[in-house]
Amino acid sequence: MNTSDIELPAWVEVVLIPVLNILMALFFAGLIILAIGENPVEAVAIMINGAFGYDEAIGYTLYYTTNFIFTGLAVAIAFHASLFNIGGEGQAYIGGLGVGLTFLLLDKYLPAIILIPIGIIAAGLFGALWALIPAWLQAYRGSHIVITTIMFNFIASSLMVYLLVNVLIKPGSMSPETREFDPSGWLPFMHEILAVVGIEVTRTPLNLSFILALICCVLVWAYVWKTRWGYALRTAGQSEAAAVYAGIKPKRIVIITMCISGALAGFVAVNEIMGVHHRLLLNYTAGYGFTGIAVALMGRNHPVGIIMASLLFGVLYQGGAELAFEVPKITREMVVAIQGLIILFSGALALMLRPLIVRLWLAIKPSPTLTQHG
Amino acid sequence: MDSVLTLQTVLSTFDATLRVSTPLILCAMAGLFSERSGIIDISLEGKMLSAAFAAGTLAAVTGSPWVALGGAIVVSVLLGLVHGFACITHRGDQVVSGLAINVLASGLTIVLGIAWFSQGGQTPALASESRFMPLQLPFAETLKGIPGIGPFYESVISGHNLLVYVALLAVPITWWVVYKTRFGLRLRAVGENPLAVDTAGISVSRLRFSAVMIAGALCGIAGAYLAIAQNAAFAREMTAGQGYIALAAMIFGKWRPLPAMLACLMFGFLDAVSIRLQGIELPIVGEVPVQLIQALPYILTVVLLAGFIGRAVAPKAIGVPFSKER
Repeated sequence: MNTSDIELPAWVEVVLIPVLNILMALFFAGLIILAIGENPVEAVAIMINGAFGYDEAIGYTLYYTTNFIFTGLAVAIAFHASLFNIGGEGQAYIGGLGVGLTFLLLDKYLPAIILIPIGIIAAGLFGALWALIPAWLQAYRGSHIVITTIMFNFIASSLMVYLLVNVLIKPGSMSPETREFDPSGWLPFMHEILAVVGIEVTRTPLNLSFILALICCVLVWAYVWKTRWGYALRTAGQSEAAAVYAGIKPKRIVIITMCISGALAGFVAVNEIMGVHHRLLLNYTAGYGFTGIAVALMGRNHPVGIIMASLLFGVLYQGGAELAFEVPKITREMVVAIQGLIILFSGALALMLRPLIVRLWLAIKPSPTLTQHG
Repeated sequence: MDSVLTLQTVLSTFDATLRVSTPLILCAMAGLFSERSGIIDISLEGKMLSAAFAAGTLAAVTGSPWVALGGAIVVSVLLGLVHGFACITHRGDQVVSGLAINVLASGLTIVLGIAWFSQGGQTPALASESRFMPLQLPFAETLKGIPGIGPFYESVISGHNLLVYVALLAVPITWWVVYKTRFGLRLRAVGENPLAVDTAGISVSRLRFSAVMIAGALCGIAGAYLAIAQNAAFAREMTAGQGYIALAAMIFGKWRPLPAMLACLMFGFLDAVSIRLQGIELPIVGEVPVQLIQALPYILTVVLLAGFIGRAVAPKAIGVPFSKER
């Protein structure tokens, strides 16, 4: 029996199946922890306490969440146009170049109120540019965007090493990083903002870019579901032929969507470079671009889902760091393994449980309007 | 210039080329089997990494390179089966599934490595009897005196470990299997038009499953090469993107065994040369940045895919899950 045509109630499709998929991934993660001789239940308790237990932990969790919202949105908007952007990592990295160049050239001359918006725009612009080339190649030269964006991750990495080692390095310094930016242009930390209104919290890397991430969620939601451009984007993603018939130009959609996607990924640099490190350095993207894929798959490409998935990954990153500290046998890379399992179960095997659930559903609620296939 | 271009440095560069190309060749052949059957395989990297970890672990525990090689192949084939289970059985997205395997391998090898050996993710250093050591080919010493061919034979062709020769043999075997056997004909057909194969009464799933298993086995050999032949232990992230370079080489070779091998050798040569060119002024161009040479395989692949040098056309049914019922 082909079950893919049988409709299930929305709550089963949108809530039950995704949650079951995540539970399967976490179940296997538990097995890994058992295999190395530790207690998974205890590990979860340490993780949750490490992620939410005190105000510093919450700050760190939300700081990680910020990155995942950006990269998750980047992957998701491309998915809606049925484009797979694996290049978030490289786009985020090159976004940092935009921020770095802006600040190195201008931070001595401009006030923060002008410098910060320019920095944000530069991050988005450079990220978009790094996505534009694969997009153009896909639209007009027929190369597969998955392969080109993978290649562009590696090219970005080589380019940044070259620039930081040979060109942008702080004169006289041994480590490949730029000079520190002028403090006047730093993005305000959350603990600084809260101190102004009289709330004392511990210093954490959480900064104003968290708000930017939430704004981006609203903008992406409005763009994809509430504008004619979003309608064109989703149409082209569903069926290129139908899009052409409706007068939509799919090539243009590919270019625009990938630029938006690249810009969103580039905003990781706003959090990391403008907000936390205040200098350009190597490998600050730390795999956040790839995590964005897991976040988008888990969040079903919807901003609300992405916020929840990003929060979960924020918990995994921050709680995972705490766990590695408390239980040395479980290292931070456990989070990477869990990420792999989530991509597998929420992505590649997303439909594995569906036939079973359809059968269960039919057993509970037989419907006379069913048509049998196959 | 004299210091760069002596006979000795040329020969040792070729020698190094062969050594770094070996895992690329094995993985490129692996990718070729999988993609010719219509299954995109970006998980070469993850399978090779897991296999390297399995080989390093088993060689350290049992002391036998053969057990380690076998274990590496088993682990890699199992991951291939996971890929098949997701993409063939459940018609999941092939890129997503491949990515999942890569990410999982990257995390799990470090977690298990640290938990089992407590050496920061490395496996214990191996003694030479638990590794594949360089083999002296017959007549290497005798022929050494012959000008031209002699030193070439002695220092480039001879003196590698068994798995290097396995990789070189894998290429003609792949060619023969893909182009000269019934299985190969069906394999190519299923990558172009699975419906036709299905109509002829041949199982699409079975063909594709055999393809991903062969791919797994070849990646397994590549991983074992890294951990117990080229090096004397598994190190974290030791594949360092070579699976993706192999993927690029396979595309560069337009999904054909011999051109894919030549692309691997070219990329391997670039790698071998980049180390030697560090800090050396070349005539006309001056000093070439190492990073540029390292990025060259990726840049060339992008340029090729864009159709600026020839045309690389993938198998027609690649990436599309086969559904019998429509």
